[in-house]
Amino acid sequence: MQSVADEKHDTASINRSPVIDARRLVKRFGGITAVAGISLVLQQGEMIGLIGPNGAGKTTLFNLIAGSLKPSSGEIWISGREVSQERPELRIARGVGRTFQIPRPFAEMTVLENVLTGAQEQDGERLFANFFNPGRVAGQERAAIDKARSLLSFVTLSGLENEPARVLSGGQRKLLELARILMADPAAILLDEPAAGVNPALLETIMERVLELHAQGKSILLIEHNMDMISRLCSRVMAMASGRHLAEGTPDEVATNPAVIEAYLGGAA
Amino acid sequence: MILDLLAYGAFFLTMALTYAIMCLGLNVQWGQTGLFNVGIAGFVAIGAYASALLTTPETAGRIGGFGLPIAAGWFGGALVAGVVAYLIGALTIRLRADYLAIATFGVAVAVQLCVLNLEALTGGAFGIGFIPRPFAELAGNPLAFGLSNAGLLIAVVALLYMALEHLVRSPWGRVLRAIREDEAAAQALGKNPTRFRLQAFTIGGAIMGLAGAAQAHFIGFIAPDNYMPILTFQVWAMLIVGGSGNNRGAILGAVLVWGIWASSAAAVSTFFAPEQQARAASLQIVMIGVGLCLILLLRPRGILGEVRNVSRHIRKIMKSDDAELASRFLSKD
Repeated sequence: MQSVADEKHDTASINRSPVIDARRLVKRFGGITAVAGISLVLQQGEMIGLIGPNGAGKTTLFNLIAGSLKPSSGEIWISGREVSQERPELRIARGVGRTFQIPRPFAEMTVLENVLTGAQEQDGERLFANFFNPGRVAGQERAAIDKARSLLSFVTLSGLENEPARVLSGGQRKLLELARILMADPAAILLDEPAAGVNPALLETIMERVLELHAQGKSILLIEHNMDMISRLCSRVMAMASGRHLAEGTPDEVATNPAVIEAYLGGAA
Repeated sequence: MILDLLAYGAFFLTMALTYAIMCLGLNVQWGQTGLFNVGIAGFVAIGAYASALLTTPETAGRIGGFGLPIAAGWFGGALVAGVVAYLIGALTIRLRADYLAIATFGVAVAVQLCVLNLEALTGGAFGIGFIPRPFAELAGNPLAFGLSNAGLLIAVVALLYMALEHLVRSPWGRVLRAIREDEAAAQALGKNPTRFRLQAFTIGGAIMGLAGAAQAHFIGFIAPDNYMPILTFQVWAMLIVGGSGNNRGAILGAVLVWGIWASSAAAVSTFFAPEQQARAASLQIVMIGVGLCLILLLRPRGILGEVRNVSRHIRKIMKSDDAELASRFLSKD
């Protein structure tokens, strides 16, 4: 894969702007401030975990970075470009792909078609090219199918490629979403609770695949409740509570931080 | 007798196929994209009037009358309706389904009122007559005339069907399905829902305009009364009966519902005294309504439901993989 090699080269080069640089992000919903001035930097090839109790604002922060929500104030820079007010469908072209907390496969489409939908810059998605340049469309589609099949084998879903996505289990859907965004070759991947509701055997597969992607040089931002998974995957963790930055450091430092423990146990302690 | 029946059959089929074209247009908008267009009559009217103005001879007291060939009129009708659909879509396509329905209904009423009142352009309530009919030179022989027209419409519907199926099975059609299934997920993959919806709305509108043009030339006369909301209702009934999301269903539904409509008209004129017939004609609408209810109760997805469409490029692979897949399933147990 050409792009992976490029990214490794990029990682080596000095003085590159971070893949994701979120600055003092604020998001208000009416009277509620879900994210209250969070800054976060994801460097090339880095894997960061984002933890926090329910309602901490993790998913809101995630949606801001992924573009599906626009910040009330603050800025988001992706690879040196300000993108705070851009429409969500432009994020993938900027190199940021996301998965959803509750997977959103295209249920009635086949598994293979789901992955093909992730392909970028396809002439066949332009109306008239289908009539005036069918040869080119067919050629691109063949290449896309080859790539989609290799991604499906990467996420261990090869045997299901012609099944409609609705037959997949929760964990398989998460793997399908991963393959779907990988089709677009994003430099950074945002994973929203990849372990939630996944059976242990499949969880192991998901973790292996995330580690493999990290080894290939992808930058990864991971929301997760599963501390075991976080400590196995991430070298740096950021904890949030009530929309604010709480602690940052290695997984062990954050897990033993009194403020973090207090936030998780909250009133119960 | 048989020749008469055949001539009527050809006439019936030609009319039914003009509705089939409208229904194919609606299927692109609703069946494939989920756009709730309740203004079909407006787009059909625009196509009909545009084509009539382009092809009729010059007339005193009316603007237009360019005397162009019929083909130019049909193309022009589709083009004008497509442009209008694009402009309306650009304003309204971001609306939620129910609001889009209200907006398009308003557009259709506005179009009908414009057609009724812009007398200098449209002839007002009297409409436009002497629209050139295809194969007019055969008019002396009803059978030959009817069959030629039916043949022409069959060719148009077949071409349109093939082009639309080509699109359904293309990457473009795949993005349309993805957006319909989950807009947020499609956006996360870089697809712009507004752009694709607007394209589908425009294509659908242009097809409806083509249908209006074809119908106007077959009847030879158009008036604002032809484009009342009942037309929109009929086309919706056709698509629901035939099977929304399925192009073959759209064509089948148009022929069936037009059959119910025509035969109930015949029944009304047979069983009711002449002075009752105007009122009894409402029973035609009742018949369509009853048919619609039956379909929704018995086969909610229509006679031919939506089939799972896969890009033609994938289908090739699926065929060659069948044997391999089968062996894998067998070895699993």
